[in-house]
Amino acid sequence: MKLIIAYIQPHILRDVKKALYKAEVYKMSVTNALGCGEQQGYEESYRGIKFEVNLLKKVRLEIAVNEDFVDKTIDAIIEGARTGQIGDGKIFVLDLKECIRIRTGEKGSKAIG
Amino acid sequence: MRSIIISSVFLLMTGLTGPAFAESGGPEVSAIDIAKEQLQTNINIVWTCVAAFLVFFMQPGFAMVECGFTRAKNAVNILMKNLMDFSVGSIAFFLVGFGLMFGVSNGLFGTTHFLLSGTEPGGHWNWTFLIFQTVFCATAATIVSGAMAERTKFVGYLIYSFFISLFIYPVFGSWAWGGLLDGGGWLEKLGFLDFAGSTVVHSVGGWLALAGAIVLGPRLGKFDPNGKPKAIPGHNIPLAALGVFILWFGWFGFNPGSTTAGEGLIGYIAITTNLSAAAGAIFAMFTAWILMKKPDASMALNGALAGLVAITCPCDGVSPVAATIIGAIAGILVVLSVLFIDRVLKVDDPVGAVSVHGVNGVWGTLSAGLFNMETGLFYGGGLKQLGIQALGAGTAFLWAFGIGLALFFAIEKTIGLRVSAEEELKGLDIGEHGMEAYGGFQIFITT
Repeated sequence: MKLIIAYIQPHILRDVKKALYKAEVYKMSVTNALGCGEQQGYEESYRGIKFEVNLLKKVRLEIAVNEDFVDKTIDAIIEGARTGQIGDGKIFVLDLKECIRIRTGEKGSKAIG
Repeated sequence: MRSIIISSVFLLMTGLTGPAFAESGGPEVSAIDIAKEQLQTNINIVWTCVAAFLVFFMQPGFAMVECGFTRAKNAVNILMKNLMDFSVGSIAFFLVGFGLMFGVSNGLFGTTHFLLSGTEPGGHWNWTFLIFQTVFCATAATIVSGAMAERTKFVGYLIYSFFISLFIYPVFGSWAWGGLLDGGGWLEKLGFLDFAGSTVVHSVGGWLALAGAIVLGPRLGKFDPNGKPKAIPGHNIPLAALGVFILWFGWFGFNPGSTTAGEGLIGYIAITTNLSAAAGAIFAMFTAWILMKKPDASMALNGALAGLVAITCPCDGVSPVAATIIGAIAGILVVLSVLFIDRVLKVDDPVGAVSVHGVNGVWGTLSAGLFNMETGLFYGGGLKQLGIQALGAGTAFLWAFGIGLALFFAIEKTIGLRVSAEEELKGLDIGEHGMEAYGGFQIFITT
């Protein structure tokens, strides 16, 4: 089992979700996040004073999958989120030790699916 | 009230049919006159009260502008200040302020009419005039709240609110407007023009705001160690915009209502008022666009208010074209003034109150000396009116700024004017009021 964490541009979430659905990945958690990376900040101005915004609004996706879904899921995220511009985001893949479905008490691969 | 109207109509009818069979006139004609007079009196009361209610609605306007231009963690505090300066001020003005302003004057201020004690409860004009003047006083009082936002101790602000409505606003007001009722002041005797209060209301509020902001010092993080100003973005521009629209709406009571009479001039003043506001918004936007490359919404919103403040003094006596020019200059002036106060004076005025009300109050007052169609410089009136206008505006500055400094220093030395640094960082909503404006929402800071 793996936990796939992706940070993507917020406005691209729709496309990523579409690509995941196409790849039959239906389960995910989505949270708002702030972050900075190679994209650097950008300038805003307020009442005549410029200021740099360097923590940018991002969306964090978390998807727990069985081994046979890892590549499909990663490909779908890339398909949806890639524009070729700096700031498209990153994907992290972590080993997942355990997964428990609260309702039934099922564990492991069964609980994920 | 209804019976008065019915009897007036009756009198009017008998009066109209009168001359047909009573060629000699006599009592029928005077019945017409009585009916006309009664009708006019009631129309005056109705219009002045409607205008007063419109001016009252400027209170939520100010509250929304100030709330929107400041941070979410101080929203409850700014709303409480707006609620309380009106409430405390209404009572202080009723008890003492109105008498100082409009009572029989001893030469410096009024000495009668406290609690309106000489006036019978009922349909007397004085009651209408009191509610109209109360909402004007509250307008001056609430201007200060924005300039002192996000760092002032609540109890210190309450004390300020009491004193401005008790005597700071009324005493100056008696010099310029006392003669509108039973008083009489030296400025109005000189021929000082201030139809609806660019100086009496707005400059007085604006200069008190400047004094308060200076004594308080800037918000933490407003200037970097080298004194360079930093942006502290407001948390809700839609609310600020709603506030400006409400103020613009309320101004149709503020200026046209200052006729305090149901008469033809109301429509004309509505036109000069509206043109000036529109020009102010447009020219502030272009000034910001040229200087800062973007049409900054907060500056354009300030521009509309600047145009309104400027036309408040000359609105009854200038041409529509002049009103547009006055508003346009106000729009340019407000942007330059905001930048000047930020970058040169290094005084922290979060909402631009000093630039909108203080600076443009002076500009509006001077503009009457230039554009007034009877006495203005551009209409062959020479420099006399302009000089009197400058004297009035200068006196307002010395009075309001001087007393303001003394009052705020006194509050600082006794009960304290500013919250602790820790409270300022956490927000005054929790520190002063023990509650949040947006319970259940998580406030993100992205800068």
